[in-house]
Order: sequence, then structure tokens, then C-alpha cells
Amino acid sequence: MGEETGALPAAQPAPLPLRRFTRGAAGGPQTRRLLIDRATTVGVVLCTAAAVFVLSAILLHVLANGAGALNLAFFTERPLPIGEVGGGVAPALLGTLMMVGVAALMGVPTGIGTAVYLSEYGRGRFATLVRFTIDLIAGVPSIVVGVFVWAVLVRSVVGHFNGLAGSVALAIIMVPIVTRTVEEVLRLVPDTLREASLGLGIPRWKTILAIVVPTAKSGVITGTVLSMARAGGETAPLLLTALGNQFFNFDLLQPTASLPVQIYNYAVAPYDDWHTKAWGAAFVLIVVIGLLSFITRRVTGGSLRG
Amino acid sequence: MDSTTIAQPSPFETLVPGMTIHQTTADSPAEQEPGLVIEDLNAYYGAFRAVKDVSMAISLRSVTAIIGPSGCGKSTLIRCLNRMHEVTPGARAHGRVLVGGEDVYAPDADPVQVRRHIGMVFQKPNPFPMMSVADNVVAGLKLAGVRDKQRVAEVTERSLRRAALWDEVKDKLHVSGAALSGGQQQRLCIARAIAVEPDVLLMDEPCSALDPMATLKIEELIHDLRESFTIVIVTHNMQQAARVSDRTAYMLMGEDRAGTLVEYGSTRDIFTNPKDKRTEDYITGRFG
Repeated sequence: MGEETGALPAAQPAPLPLRRFTRGAAGGPQTRRLLIDRATTVGVVLCTAAAVFVLSAILLHVLANGAGALNLAFFTERPLPIGEVGGGVAPALLGTLMMVGVAALMGVPTGIGTAVYLSEYGRGRFATLVRFTIDLIAGVPSIVVGVFVWAVLVRSVVGHFNGLAGSVALAIIMVPIVTRTVEEVLRLVPDTLREASLGLGIPRWKTILAIVVPTAKSGVITGTVLSMARAGGETAPLLLTALGNQFFNFDLLQPTASLPVQIYNYAVAPYDDWHTKAWGAAFVLIVVIGLLSFITRRVTGGSLRG
Repeated sequence: MDSTTIAQPSPFETLVPGMTIHQTTADSPAEQEPGLVIEDLNAYYGAFRAVKDVSMAISLRSVTAIIGPSGCGKSTLIRCLNRMHEVTPGARAHGRVLVGGEDVYAPDADPVQVRRHIGMVFQKPNPFPMMSVADNVVAGLKLAGVRDKQRVAEVTERSLRRAALWDEVKDKLHVSGAALSGGQQQRLCIARAIAVEPDVLLMDEPCSALDPMATLKIEELIHDLRESFTIVIVTHNMQQAARVSDRTAYMLMGEDRAGTLVEYGSTRDIFTNPKDKRTEDYITGRFG
């Protein structure tokens, strides 16, 4: 087969032009693949557009209907009785901030502690039981949480409706959200970091507090923010615990107003003026929760992304 | 025989061409002061015994390499020396490991204290990503409660210099530890480990995730660190063991899948004149 000199036979040059790399050159399978590719991209974009559209629609609709109620008095005055013009939702705004704040102080550390236990220590049946219980609490309807806290804190301990009971109810709702999010994120911290810390002679508890949790910081913040957003919007449990208040109240052992309850009260009333105020309060609630999330992220050093 | 003369060419040197063997002034292990003594060490994962009856005496301020095929228990063994093995759920170890005469496995021994005196560098560089380069170096100190800023700064510079990293990072001490290259990260981990002034430094395949240039730098570093620390290094690379260590231990997985110590001697002896046929088979590549 070779020449006498031992050289290899010359390779046969391929016929030109080949056009194997040209898009859609082969027709058939390649074109179909391109079409599916494009269709998928379009589909995904459409879904995103739908989500964004719905969210914008809610925001704009609320703003459009409630703009008439938004003035300085709205943010600084208390609600006025029927027939009187003016007034605002200031007590409700204050009450929401107070109750969500206290609820966060109770619920977030509890949630983080549970998540740390489940991620760093929990093995075996007790841990499984804890995880199951947390999932169960997450599934309890918020009004049931409200009824429970009413029985324990409103009827028994305090004797009347109070804002603290509202905070407790909100905290109960917050704990599973914080636990689930933080546990996920703690698990994502690579074991190599724990080993590095233990290898330096750092005790386990310090490894968790100083290395593992800070590495998972952004997830912890996300969990906190998500739970606060959820708590800020809960109405049913507050109806049964904090009840509501037409006057400014700084004492959590008294009935306390909150934005969701105020919205409800305004919305079910037969007065157009109050309906507009309900829309306005709804807008305020959305903005307040958005601001809370933003501020929490900035203050705790997280990024503005998720 | 004068141990500093080059050994007569033996069949093993010619069978393993190009291998340079570290020239050591040390002879048999017994003649040097022991830095770390292992007595009858057995390590288990649950019911499975991974390391069986290992005993060896490691000299103070020397480099000892542990070599052997995959799965022979060398990583398990080294992790027993600073009680990292038991961190794995279900894992335990029995035996004695004496450092400065004190048994690491004594009933009243605190693993945390043990690990402060026996440091470890891992296979994959693991600097703390949330901390800067400087904070990484002194993490062990700071988390042990040392607050004196001047001391902290001194230790930072000294450790980075000893790890041959100072010149490369002195202008970026405040970037995240994870922002360095792989080789730099591993030297950072070495700096972090030596910052707490351990007696013994354990290295579990420290170069296997690095490129040859970074590997070379770390081998040179080990040579320098030998003057201050007793170093035990696990490596799957025989050439590296020959280049870097004074003494070498060869481990092999037995019939019962437990790792045992086959032979332990000066690096030169192991690689030119091994006493055990199994060692010879491994060195010459007939096995493993």
C-alpha cells in the first residue's frame, strides 16, 4: 500500500465545500432542535412576563384605587369615626411594625437555632421528629394558630386581647419559614470549612457560630426577610389576638392595631371613603414590607439580591 | 556507612529512573528524639476496621511520608493523629498516640486541645471565604481569644513569610481568602495552620489538587518548615515522598480490608533497598 520510500499514502482530500457547521445545513434533526430551542426560550420568557405582569397589575391597581387616600394625614393620624372626614392608619402602621418586630425577635433566633440543630447536630429519630413537627407547624392554617394563641394568651394569661399575643402568633408562623430556609443554606456550607476550623482546634460550637453561620449569612437573611414579609401580611391570627385599636397604642399588653386588620375593617364597611382608605392601606402595607426587606438586607450586610 | 554519601546504584534505582532521593543525615528512627509515637493504633468506621495495629515512632522535626495505594488507610491513619477521625459519625479509634510523652487518646484528653497542638492541612485548600487573607491566617488565634492587635499583626506577617506567601499577598491582605489562586490558597492554609505554633503538622495529600509549579513551591516550603515542625505527609505520589521526606512508611490494605503498616524506614532505604517484597512491588510499579 505504501510507496517504495515507505511514505504513507496521500490522504484523499474531502470534496469542497462541506458546510457541515452551517446552521440548519443538515435539515431534519438539526432544524427541529433549533425550533424546540427557540420555542422553549419563548415559553420561559412568556411565563416570566406573566408573573411580572400580574405583580405589576396588583401594585398598579392598588395604587390607582388608593392614591386618593394617600396624604400626610393618612400616615400620621388615627382613624376617625364614621361620618368624619380625614384620619389615617398611623396606629395600624405602628402596630404592624411593633408586632412584626417583636415576633421577629422571638421567631428568628428560635428558627435559626432549630436549623442549626437540624443541620449540625441532628442525627437519628429525634431530628426526624423535629423536622416533621416543623413541617407540620408550617402547614397549620394561620387562623388555627390564632385560635390557639387566643386560648393560651388572650383568654388565660392576659385576660384580654393584646398585641403580645399577636406577636406570639406571628412568631409561630415565622419559625418554620426561618428554619427551613436556614437549614437548607447551612447544609450547603461545605464540610471542608468545618474540618478546617476543627483542625485548628476551634471547638464545635464556635465553629458553627463563627464559621458556618456567617458563611451562610445571605441565606439566613433571606429566611428572616421572607418570614417577616409573611408575618406582616397575616390577618386572621391578629383578628383573634391583637383585635385592633382605633387609638395609638404603645403597650403591647393592650389591643393593638395592624395594617391587615385595618384594611379588613375598612374594606367590609359600606362607605366609599373607607374603601379608598382600604386600598391606600393595602398600598402602604406592600411598601412597608418591601422597605423592611430592603432595610434588613442592608443593615445585616447581605446583598440586595436573594 | 556514612549516610551522607550517595548510595551505590542498586537494581531499584535503575528500575525507577529519574527519581531523586532526599539526602538525610538521619539514620535509623530510634536514634532521634521521638516527636510523635504511635502505638497499636486501630481505627474503625462503625464495625469496619480501616487501620490495623499500626505502630511507628516519628522523629522530632523531620518529615515522614506515608505512601500506599488508594484505600490503604493512610488518610484514616493521619486523621487519627489529631483526633479528626472521630469527627465522622460512627468513627472511632483505639490505641496510643504520644506527642511529647502525652497520649492524645488519654481518657481525660480534650480533642480540641489536641488539635491546637497538632495542625492539619487538607487535600483541597479550604480558606474561610468569609474572611480576608489576614483574618484567615490568624483565625486560629482570634477564635482562641487572642485580642492583642500587635501580636496578631506580628503573627500574620511571620506566618505568611514562613509559608512563602508574604511577598505575593502583602498588598492584598484584605481580599477574601478564596480570591487567591489554588497554590496560594494552600500556602494560606499552611500559614493558618502554623500560626498557632503546633508541635506537629499533618498534611493529607496537600498537593494533589495543585499544578506542578505550585506543588514545587509547597515541597520547598516543607523542606524549610522541617526545621521547626514535625511533619507527617500522606502522598499518593512516590516521587514526592522520595523528594521531600526523611523517612517513609508504606501501608497496604490487607485481606480483611484493613490497612496495615508494611514497612517503615529511611526514605533512602525504602526506595533503594526495601526489606519487604510488597514494598518492592509497589515501588517498582508491579503493584498499585
